[in-house]
Amino acid sequence: MDFLVAHFAELLFYFLAGLTVLFALGVVLFKNPVHSALSLLATFVTVAMLFIFSHAEFLGAVQLMVYAGGIMVLFLFVIMLARTEGIQSEAAFLSNMAPAAVVGGVLLGALISAGILLGVLASGHGNPAALEMVDGARLGNTEAVSMLLYTKYLIPFEVVSVILLVAMIGAIVFGRKDRFSEVGKEEVDS
Amino acid sequence: MISATHYLILSLILLSLGLIGVMMRRNFITVLMSLELIFNAVNLNLIAFSYQLGDLSGQILAIFVITVAAAEAAIGLGLIIALTRLRNTVNLDEVHEMEG
Amino acid sequence: MKFYHYLWLIPLFPLIGAAINGLIVNRRGMGKNLAHTIALIGSGLAWLWGWAAVLQWYLTEDHTKSYVVKAFTWMSGGMMPLFGGGHAPLEISASYQIDPISAVMVSFVTFVGFLIHLYSVGYMHSEDDRAYSRYFSYLNLFMFAMLTLILGANLPVLFVGWEGVGLCSYLLIGFYFEKDWCATAGKKAFIVNRIGDFGFLLAIFFTFEYFGTLDFVKLSEIMSAHHAAAQWGGAATLIGLLLLVGAMGKSAQIPLYVWLPDAMAGPTPVSALIHAATMVTAGVYMVVRTNFFYHLGPQAMLGVAIVGGFTAFYAATIGLVQNDIKKVLAYSTVSQLGYMFLGAGVGAFAAGLFHVVTHAFFKACLFLGSGSVIHACSGNQDMRTMGGLRKYMPKTYWTFLAATLAIAGIPPFAGFVSKDAILGKAFEAGFTDLNGFGTAYFVLWALGLAGAALTAFYMFRLVFMTFHGEFRGTEEEKHHLHESPWTMTLPLQVLAILSIFGGIVIGFPGQLFHKEGWSFIDGFLAPMMVGVHEHGEHAISFGLEWGLVVLSVLVACGGIFVAWSMYKKDPSFSVPKSLAERFPRAYQLLLNKYWVDEIYDVLFVQACIKLADLLWEFDARVVDGVVNGTRHLTVGTSFVSGIFDLRVVDGIVNLVATINYRASGAFRRLQVGFTQGYAMVMVFGAALLLAVFFISF
Repeated sequence: MDFLVAHFAELLFYFLAGLTVLFALGVVLFKNPVHSALSLLATFVTVAMLFIFSHAEFLGAVQLMVYAGGIMVLFLFVIMLARTEGIQSEAAFLSNMAPAAVVGGVLLGALISAGILLGVLASGHGNPAALEMVDGARLGNTEAVSMLLYTKYLIPFEVVSVILLVAMIGAIVFGRKDRFSEVGKEEVDS
Repeated sequence: MISATHYLILSLILLSLGLIGVMMRRNFITVLMSLELIFNAVNLNLIAFSYQLGDLSGQILAIFVITVAAAEAAIGLGLIIALTRLRNTVNLDEVHEMEG
Repeated sequence: MKFYHYLWLIPLFPLIGAAINGLIVNRRGMGKNLAHTIALIGSGLAWLWGWAAVLQWYLTEDHTKSYVVKAFTWMSGGMMPLFGGGHAPLEISASYQIDPISAVMVSFVTFVGFLIHLYSVGYMHSEDDRAYSRYFSYLNLFMFAMLTLILGANLPVLFVGWEGVGLCSYLLIGFYFEKDWCATAGKKAFIVNRIGDFGFLLAIFFTFEYFGTLDFVKLSEIMSAHHAAAQWGGAATLIGLLLLVGAMGKSAQIPLYVWLPDAMAGPTPVSALIHAATMVTAGVYMVVRTNFFYHLGPQAMLGVAIVGGFTAFYAATIGLVQNDIKKVLAYSTVSQLGYMFLGAGVGAFAAGLFHVVTHAFFKACLFLGSGSVIHACSGNQDMRTMGGLRKYMPKTYWTFLAATLAIAGIPPFAGFVSKDAILGKAFEAGFTDLNGFGTAYFVLWALGLAGAALTAFYMFRLVFMTFHGEFRGTEEEKHHLHESPWTMTLPLQVLAILSIFGGIVIGFPGQLFHKEGWSFIDGFLAPMMVGVHEHGEHAISFGLEWGLVVLSVLVACGGIFVAWSMYKKDPSFSVPKSLAERFPRAYQLLLNKYWVDEIYDVLFVQACIKLADLLWEFDARVVDGVVNGTRHLTVGTSFVSGIFDLRVVDGIVNLVATINYRASGAFRRLQVGFTQGYAMVMVFGAALLLAVFFISF
């Protein structure tokens, strides 16, 4: 029991990490996209928990709200709209690609991680309390992030919001029915 | 003590799974989901290093990544809708207009 | 106010009348009263103004000289090179001149023209409104053209009038253009006149090129100069002969007379106005006007005399046997015009012009009388179905008889005076061996005398067949016979009086009574005649003069007697019938007018058609051949060019394309369009890059 108490943080991390990997595997391996989506939702939740675990409370909340609340709903809507019923019977995987995909994925992941290990871990440790500090006062993570976001990173923040706007307009344009019905005819004819 | 290396390994697993999903899945929607996995892997790294270095910039960067991921999801899902209307399919291997 | 300062108003009045009638009254289909009122005002004002101008000019100006009025500058052509070297400015102005010749012409043209307008009111009354106003518009236009012709102070203006009367004659001869033969007659007149106009135009060009001026006054001065004959003799002969060609066309002389008999297709007043009294005299007028050329070119003058003398006799022979009343008059016109030319050709220009005037009186009277007859006979023109009209239309008969006596040359009627003057001059020319052509002039005189006998015969034949004996037409026609209305008889009476007294008054044959100056017209015109003074006194004796007069009167009486015995005494016409049977060839020859129309048809019309066919063949074969050859050449060239294009140019292009195609074939295989394939390549590529990075790191 002492072990549990003493290593609560480690155990919790491994537990959450294990769940994350499992759900991530589910995303990749479930044949039914709805199942994949639900699995992804679970992944988002566990990742959000890990964020909170790393003193990123605000980001964890954002992860839950944006991913679990927004993007997941979007995915489910699209699955519904795309009328993908009955495609479970078809092959969900490109089986001839599988070995190369696994090798390639793992290889690249390993290489990137190795690079990060080499480059970043060598830079030593800082004070995690800084994540909650605003002008020397320990107010909290959300305040600290907000302060930084609206001062130092104001211009990138505005640029990103413009990107979001463009993406929104683009999505609407792609989704317009009449435009594609017309183009579709031409495509079919050709 | 949980070091950044733990997060890094978790992130590696998520990244690899995401890449494998992108490369293996026929369903465009699932491919997009795999991409979200990769984004999560990135965010996880950013958060971990932000914690280790005591630097908030990592979290700020993660916010931007989330924003861009949201934009990417919106565009990607819009494309899926268009593709469905156009071809009545969501399978990527059936779409090869760029064939030389 | 000086009327003669505004000479250009004289032709302008009828022009305005023609414009109003043609452009407004005719278009709007307004009434006949309006149409003929406008036309009468137009010609009437021209008449009054013309007489006032002539009288005033005669009384106030020196009437041995020309008075020129310039209306405006017509053409300004800059300096033109001349034949003789040097340059002259081509300045042509729309100028009008009044001098004795113009004065004489204006006096009778406006007057006779007005009378014929008046006569037309009665004659044309049965036409519909449109045709009526059209008719009067043409008639006024004709007056304009004729007055421009006789008042023009230079050759181009004269030519404008010349062409104008040609046009009007075409329009008026073809007035009943619905009838095919009328339209054909109009065309014939126009085309034949055009042949003459060709000569006239050439004459104008040559005149300018030789003399550098076209004004009559200046030309006359050049010709009157000393040594002019030596310097300009050749040019004058050439121009004179070309002008003669023009005059032959307009005045219906051999060989261009053929249009005049056909011109009777027009309404009778038109025949009277154009083809008897005025237009055909344009040729004579022109010869008289340009007498200086003929004076210097004796060969040209002899040509005029020959044409005139032969025409006078030749047309008279045809007139002998014609049965159409207007045809007889038409040939008599041709014949009388021949006398005028004969007069001009023997140097008696004044006598020629005098005959123009008297001829205008009696021929207008004759034509209008015949119109009256035709009107009474419901349009019938065949004398064989007439006869005895004296009872029904006495006024027409008496006026017609007066004019007939005038044309036959019975003293003291007008025709006698003028014709005898011409014949006297012709004899004199032969007697004095004028220009060394004495024998020729004697022959021409003899022809003229014979023509005079024939004239007397056929004219009285006409009178006897028409007015005497019993009516030979149908009962219905007989019932319709009537005297014409006053608008028709009044001009007849006026013209008849002029036919009787006109000649003796204006051209008293003073030489027969030792009173040389008594002939008004001779003295009046003399200043205009170059060289008249040189042989002014009479070369032939007084007794011979009288002998000639008696001879011509006897000849005329002989003709009348023969006509009387053949057509009056014996109403069944047995003698002419037996003559026609006994000499069928001669009769047919005359009746068919020597087949000249047929000969012309074969010689010129058919030849023209043949030539046109030939040219068409040339066009179709050679010109089209060349065109088609060019086409074939182009097609051939472009075929070769096409081969080159296809093989060489395209070959190079295709070669480049093929190289590209082959080269890209290898890379093409990579572009499978398989998304995840790309993703995989990307992943391995990134991994490779990183691996390289680590190794090099």
